[in-house]
Amino acid sequence: MPVVHAPATVPSAPPTAPHATVVIDVADLTYTYPGGQPALRGVSLRIMEGEKVALVGPNGAGKSTLMLHLNGILGGPASPVHICGRPLSRDNLPLIRGLVGLVFQNPDDQLFSPTVLEDVAFGPLHQGLPEAEVRQRAARALEQVGMAGFEGRLSHQLSLGQKKRVAIATVLSMAPALLVLDEPTAGLDPRGRRQLIGLLRDLPVTMLVSTHDMWLVDELFPRMVIMDEGRVVADGPTPELLAQPSLLEAHGLESLALPHH
Amino acid sequence: MNANAFDRYLERASAVHRLDPRVKVIVTLAFIVAVALLPDGTWAAYGAAALLIAATTAAARLSPGLVLRRSLLGLPFLLAAVTVLFTVPGRALWEGPWGLVVTDGGLVRFSSITLRSLLSLGAAVLLTATTRFPDVLHALRHLRVPAVLVAIIAFMYRYLFVLVDEAQRLLRARAARSARLPDARGGGSLAWRAAVVGHMAGQLFVRSLDRSERVYHAMQARGYRGELLTLAPHVMRRRDWLALMIGGMAIATVTLVGRIA
Amino acid sequence: MNIIPAGILLHIPDGFLNVLVSAVCWLLTLIILGIAVANTRRDLDERLVPLAGVMAAFIFAAQMLNFPVAGGTSGHFIGAALAFIVLGPWLGLLAMTAVIAVQALVFQDGGLLVMGANILVMGVVPGFLAWFVYRLGQGRGARAQTLLAGTAAWLSVVVAALVVALLLAFSGTSSLGVVMPAMLGVHALIGLGEALITVAALSFIRRARPSLLEEERSVGAGGWVVAGLSIALLLVLFAPFASGHPDGLEWVAESAGFLSTAQDAPYSILPDYTVPFLGETGLSTIAAGLLGALLVAGLVFLAARSLRRRSLV
Repeated sequence: MPVVHAPATVPSAPPTAPHATVVIDVADLTYTYPGGQPALRGVSLRIMEGEKVALVGPNGAGKSTLMLHLNGILGGPASPVHICGRPLSRDNLPLIRGLVGLVFQNPDDQLFSPTVLEDVAFGPLHQGLPEAEVRQRAARALEQVGMAGFEGRLSHQLSLGQKKRVAIATVLSMAPALLVLDEPTAGLDPRGRRQLIGLLRDLPVTMLVSTHDMWLVDELFPRMVIMDEGRVVADGPTPELLAQPSLLEAHGLESLALPHH
Repeated sequence: MNANAFDRYLERASAVHRLDPRVKVIVTLAFIVAVALLPDGTWAAYGAAALLIAATTAAARLSPGLVLRRSLLGLPFLLAAVTVLFTVPGRALWEGPWGLVVTDGGLVRFSSITLRSLLSLGAAVLLTATTRFPDVLHALRHLRVPAVLVAIIAFMYRYLFVLVDEAQRLLRARAARSARLPDARGGGSLAWRAAVVGHMAGQLFVRSLDRSERVYHAMQARGYRGELLTLAPHVMRRRDWLALMIGGMAIATVTLVGRIA
Repeated sequence: MNIIPAGILLHIPDGFLNVLVSAVCWLLTLIILGIAVANTRRDLDERLVPLAGVMAAFIFAAQMLNFPVAGGTSGHFIGAALAFIVLGPWLGLLAMTAVIAVQALVFQDGGLLVMGANILVMGVVPGFLAWFVYRLGQGRGARAQTLLAGTAAWLSVVVAALVVALLLAFSGTSSLGVVMPAMLGVHALIGLGEALITVAALSFIRRARPSLLEEERSVGAGGWVVAGLSIALLLVLFAPFASGHPDGLEWVAESAGFLSTAQDAPYSILPDYTVPFLGETGLSTIAAGLLGALLVAGLVFLAARSLRRRSLV
C-alpha cells in the first residue's frame, strides 16, 4: 500500500538499500509568500541517493516553490532543508547550489547567456573551477545531453527541445548530486519528448522531477509524490498510486487507465 | 516571425570572419574616427576610405550590393543636412524659389557629410556582418568597457529575441481580434489605438519584470553571487596582429591623403 | 513588425556630428553612466544585471509595438519616459543605454562615434526631464498624475528633438533656424502618441502591480550632478542664441577660447556656420520654416516607408 499520510508524519519508505545516503531531507517546511499567500504548509520529503522521484499535483500546489527551497533561493537560514546532510546555512549555500542542479521550466529563463558554451560554463565558473576544467566539464555535459558540437551556437537559435537539453547540461556541468527538473516535457512535440525521456532515463543521477505528464511518470519514475494546496498528500510507489483513480482525480490528476494497472 | 530573422551576422568562411573580434572593433572605431576627422571636400581621401571598405568586403566574401544597401539605412537622416546646401556661403550654383540659393560651398559640404556618413556606416555594417554579437561583447569587455555595462548589454541581447517574440504574440492577438470591414478604417479612434498599444506595453512590462526575477533565480541556482565570470575565449594570434597593423596603416594612409589633398 | 523601431529621427548616424561635439557628448554621458552604475549597484546589488538587461530588452520590444496612424505610417514609442518612471532614473538610464548600444552595434541604427550623443538625446535628457515632471504629481490626485505623466512623455520626445537639432547645428550639419522649428513641430505630434501610450501603459501597470508605482525611488546625490550638468549644457547651447549674437557657434567658440585652435587645426573641427537668409526679411524666415517643415515631413515619410518595407508581418 502506498503511504497516504498527513502532512507532518513523514517517513516514506526508501526503496533503495538502507545504507544509501539521504540526498534531500525536508522536515515540515512551511512557506508564505510576501503577499501573505501560503504556498507550503508543512511539507516533509526524503529522497535517497539514486532515486528517481516524480512530483505531481495541480498548478499552484506548491511544487515550484518547494523546488526553489531545495537550493536556497527561497527560505532563510532556519530552513528545515538538508541536502546530503548539510543544512542550508549561508556558508553552505555555494556548495549546496553545486549539489542541487535546478532546471527551470522555461529554458529561456535558464539559458541567459548569448551562447551555449557560456551558459554551460556559467555554473562551474562560479564554483571557482579553473578554466581548463570548466571547458572539459562543459564539453562532457553537452555530450551527455546529446548536444556536443553546439558550444558556439546562439541560445536563441535553438529549438525548444534543444534548449531544454542544453538547460539540463547547464547544471550537469556542475556535477550535481541531484537533478531537480520543473516540467521538463512541457511544450515539447512528441519527438522532442521521446528524446528527453530517453535522456532522463539514461542519466545516472538522483532526480526529482515535477510534471503533469502522467505517462512520463509511469514510464520513468518508480516513486511518486503528490502535492496539493501546499501539502504532500501521497507518497509511494508509482504503480500503486496510479492504480487509485479516485486519489488522482481528487487532486486534479489524469488517470492513465492503463490495461495492466 | 521568428526573431532570428533580424540577425545581421552573415556566416562566411573568410579570414575577416576569423579575425579576433578585438582587432575588428578597434579598426572599425579607428576608421570611423578617422573618417569623421576628414575635412570637407577631400575626395581623394573619401575614395581611399571607400577602397578600404570595398577591399574588406571582398576579403569577407560579402556581396558589395548588400553592404551598400545596409549602409543606406541611415540615409533618411540626410534630409536634416539638406539645409547646408543653402546656408553655407559660396558661389551660387542654382537659384530656387523663395530666395533659396544652392552654393558650391553648400554642395561640397552636403556631399562630404553624405560620403562620410556612408563610409562610417559601411564600416559598422562590415563589423556586424563578420562578427557575431557575443564576440563583439567579449571584445568590448577586453577593451575595458565596464563589465556591468557589457553584462547588461549581453542580457539584453539574449532576451531581445524572447521579448520580441512575446511582443509579436501580443500584436498577433490584436490582429486576430480586429475584424475590419472593407471600407472602414476600423480600430477606433487614434487615441484608442494608442491606448491599446499602451496596454500591450504595460503587459509586456509586467511579464518582463517577472521574467527578470526568474532569470535571477536561475542565475542564483547556478552559483551567481553578484560577480559575473566569463571564459576568456580569444587569444591574439600572429595574423590578428598583422591585421591590426595593416588596418592601422590603411587608416593612417586615408588620413594622410586627406591632409595632403 | 518593424525591425528598426521608433525614433529613427533621433538616432543620429555617424558622420552627422563633428568629432568635438561627439567627444563632449561622450564625456558627459560617461560621467552620468558612471553615477548610474554606482547607484544601481548599491541599490540592486546582484539583481542589477538580470533586471536591467531584461528591462532593456523590454524597451526594445515595446518600441516595436505600433498602431496605425494614417497613410500607411504608424505610431511607435521611444520609451525613455516610461523606462525612467517605472524603473527609476538610474536603472532606466542603464536600460536605455543598452537599447541604444544594441541598436547601434547590431542594427546600425545610430552611430558609434556619436553613441554618446545618442545616449544623451534618447536617454539622459528626455529621461531625467520626464522623471522630474512625473514626480511633481506624487501625492496628488489620479487626474493630475495622469496629466503629468502624459506631459512628461510628450516633453521627453520634444526635448530629445530639440537636442538633436542643436547638436546638428553645432556640428555645422544643418542650420538651426530651419531644422529646429521643423524638428520641434514634427515631434510635438509624435510626442502625443508617446504621451498616450505612456499613460495607458502606466495605467495598466498601476492596475496589475500597484506596488510598483508606489515605491519611493530617490535619485540620490547623483541626481544633482546630472541636473547641474544638464543645466550647464542647456546654458551653453542656448546662451549664444539668447544673447542675440548673430553667429552662435562662433560666439561659443570664442568664449570657450578654442576658436583659434579650431582654425589652426589641420581639420576644420568647427566648420563655418552661417544663416545668410535668416533675419533679413520676414518672408525668408517663413520660407525657411516651410522648407524645414517639408524636409522633416519628408524625412518622417521616408522613415515610415523604409520601416514598412522592412516589415516582417
